[in-house]
Amino acid sequence: MILDSKIPEGPLAEKWDKHKFNVKLVNPANKRKYEIIVVGTGLAGASAAATLGELGYNVKAFCFQDSPRRAHSIAAQGGINAAKNYQNDGDSVFRLFYDTIKGGDYRAREANVYRLAQVSVNIIDQCVAQGVPFAREYGGLLANRSFGGAQVSRTFYARGQTGQQLLLGAYSALNRQIAYGKVKMYPRTEMLDLVMVDGKARGIVVRNLITGKIESHSAHAVVLATGGYGNVFFLSTNAMGSNATAAWRAHKKGALFANPCFTQIHPTCIPVSGGYQSKLTLMSESLRNDGRVWVPKTVEIAQQLRSGQITVNDIKEEDRDYYLERKYPAFGNLVPRDVASRNAKLVCDEGRGVGSSGLAVYLDFADAIRREGQPAIAAKYGNLFEMYAKITDENPYERPMRIYPAVHYTMGGLWVDYNLMTNIPGLYATGEANFSDHGANRLGASALMQGLADGYFVIPYTIGDYLAQTPYDKVSIDHPAFKEAEQAVIAKNNQLLSINGTRTVDDFHKALGQIMWDHCGMARNAEGLQFAKQEIRKLRDEFWRDVKVVGVNEELNITLEKANRVADFLELGELMVDDALNRNESCGGHFREEYQTPENEALRDDENYTYVAAWEFTGVGNEPVLHKEELEFENVKLTQRSYK
Amino acid sequence: MAGSNPNAKPMDLTLKVWRQKDKNSAGAMVTYPVKGISPDMSFLEMLDVLNEDILRRGEDPIAFDHDCREGICGMCSLYINGRPHGPERGTTTCQLHMRHFNDGDTITIEPWRAAAFPVHKDLVVDRSAFDRIQQAGGYVSINTGGVPDANAIPIGKSIADKAFDAATCIGCGACVAACKNASAMLFVSAKVSQMAMLPQGKVEAKTRVENMVAQMDVEGFGACSNTGACAAECPVGISLENIAIMNREYLSAKATSENVLA
Repeated sequence: MILDSKIPEGPLAEKWDKHKFNVKLVNPANKRKYEIIVVGTGLAGASAAATLGELGYNVKAFCFQDSPRRAHSIAAQGGINAAKNYQNDGDSVFRLFYDTIKGGDYRAREANVYRLAQVSVNIIDQCVAQGVPFAREYGGLLANRSFGGAQVSRTFYARGQTGQQLLLGAYSALNRQIAYGKVKMYPRTEMLDLVMVDGKARGIVVRNLITGKIESHSAHAVVLATGGYGNVFFLSTNAMGSNATAAWRAHKKGALFANPCFTQIHPTCIPVSGGYQSKLTLMSESLRNDGRVWVPKTVEIAQQLRSGQITVNDIKEEDRDYYLERKYPAFGNLVPRDVASRNAKLVCDEGRGVGSSGLAVYLDFADAIRREGQPAIAAKYGNLFEMYAKITDENPYERPMRIYPAVHYTMGGLWVDYNLMTNIPGLYATGEANFSDHGANRLGASALMQGLADGYFVIPYTIGDYLAQTPYDKVSIDHPAFKEAEQAVIAKNNQLLSINGTRTVDDFHKALGQIMWDHCGMARNAEGLQFAKQEIRKLRDEFWRDVKVVGVNEELNITLEKANRVADFLELGELMVDDALNRNESCGGHFREEYQTPENEALRDDENYTYVAAWEFTGVGNEPVLHKEELEFENVKLTQRSYK
Repeated sequence: MAGSNPNAKPMDLTLKVWRQKDKNSAGAMVTYPVKGISPDMSFLEMLDVLNEDILRRGEDPIAFDHDCREGICGMCSLYINGRPHGPERGTTTCQLHMRHFNDGDTITIEPWRAAAFPVHKDLVVDRSAFDRIQQAGGYVSINTGGVPDANAIPIGKSIADKAFDAATCIGCGACVAACKNASAMLFVSAKVSQMAMLPQGKVEAKTRVENMVAQMDVEGFGACSNTGACAAECPVGISLENIAIMNREYLSAKATSENVLA
């Protein structure tokens, strides 16, 4: 298999404009003859479904939540980047492109990232026109802030609820198309398989989560906007329902899965408090604009603190180690996420962590409150401080927050070409579900940008190119390919329901999460990864022997829903480990302990690993086949990332 | 791993939970004892613990809606001890922690009760009526592309902030559950007033308020009798002022409506 990224010829800055001219168009009167399925209604899915409906296509949109408005994009806090340069501080399309490529540790595709930076400016215009209430200055113009990893203020925000406001904007556009009848919405419906006819994506099989009914839907193209796979780790900042099932089952039908080991561990989350914990809560990294990260200078002081002999306010200024400011004077507390996370782990591994578990560092606002006053800090971060106080029962205005890294975002995903099409004709992947824009590490406020770029401004152009070459004929859901896929889904559900073992789905999920966190988390090494691979295989065998799923298929069955998702995580986890083992270098969020500089920074191997690792499924328990897409950098020079 | 409060003692509680097989079956309250609950658990984590016990016994776990567990998606619900989202003001159920209960407490847990929110199963209700109200007009009628530069229309900060306050509604339905009339006025008014305050939304303000209110009536929500229970129980603090704004918008729309003769 040869991976053709279909990157257009010509200078970087002209590729997208030229491509838009070169793609084939579908006549407005013919658009209504095509049907498109969009799975997922977060930023990437809702924006795509709405825009494709506006263009005149017939769209069917699916989400597992009770309403499209609840997709987990809604929880994004900090903001959305755009190269508007409204602040006159030196930003430009090229700078946003450069920062994103560098931030991704040179493992993303230049052409895709440049396009992302180009359309970023249109996104802000679009959202404002929808009535999204971004923060504004007293003069009535839009406000910006700087955000982790950037030295310009290019982040647009709506208090700490930017994702919510952007998603409600996309949801409103989607609602308008639903009202017009151009989009048919299927909430509480989960995709369980992809259907292919003559090698092309032609539909999906879904389960109605209320009645359990297994149904097929046919279309001319299928767009997966189903988010990331962070919940492989059990504990993450993802929503409880976030899952990889749609993408994974497409992978099992032939779609390549790219860079699965590139996962982002977010540095500022509320630490784990007990074994009952169901998820981790992010504290927006915008807090690092004013908060200072520190731990006690010595292990002795940290021990006294953990055992309750002293409290945080007893620690003298000279006994505090503001380790990010010390090690990275240029960026200080604003170093990118991977660097901040890894350093938190380092100081905790040294025994200098705080909190009763020792797995936390301080994020301290005392200086900022002294400098600006409590009301000013409350105006910026009030809702985050409240959320922290609710969860921990501690007042962050009086004592520093305790934070620790947690799994947050997955840069890896389905392999796509420049048109966002997977290697399966007619199957597209957008937003977090694809791999294309963030390389080995995503910068803050770039996920919202990518989701909306893909949905509003990329896929509406590129999908037309494919459809213009696709006959209008519809495939009936009575076609044998649909019937076979339905039967396979039903058989799998029946198998899960018939095991009647002794361990719950959550038991298995937690065990998998522990293996992944210990061996394929913030730091990895070959020995640990090989061990993890064996452990995951054992756990997966045990799952299919001993899991307990009660009830029947034909009802609202929360255990069956979870069991399907965890069954897929148990396969995907192994692929993440395979990918991490294959990549004998450190880059971005992928830190292999064998490959580091004397200062403990990630040590890339550009000679051997400047490629996208795209994996082909060959059966559960079989070794996947690696396909490489070499990355070419014509516009930036590969350097070691330095934030010193 | 210990919690943030090392002195907190585990609690034993008695739960009375509404169980209902499906839309067409009758439901009933069922009693479950739960033991060793940490005060640092969230309310939903306490239910997770109970569900694991129920499951290990081979019985059907309690179905409840939840997703983000950060208080923002609006999916969680639960009528706890007679109050939507429980006893803490300004808090969704997922952000309610067990430290607000005492050892030995009995806690009743019911679904949202409203004709427009039929029960799917146990504590899971159908809130699609809210989506249909939004579909009736909760948007600005623009297509993607061809819009002016984002800074072309300055909006005063105080107006932008007020519009934002209205826009933070999470669509959970607590306002309906709190209201003795099961009125959806707070929910509908949040969107209507957000849009009416902003220049982008003013163009269609009249038809929007007429159509959204009409759909609200079709869905079977009750009338507003100004008790204010909705705003008191709203987890994100949507203000009653929005209802006043919507009433004004509605009156002025009806007074000059182009739909009057229709």
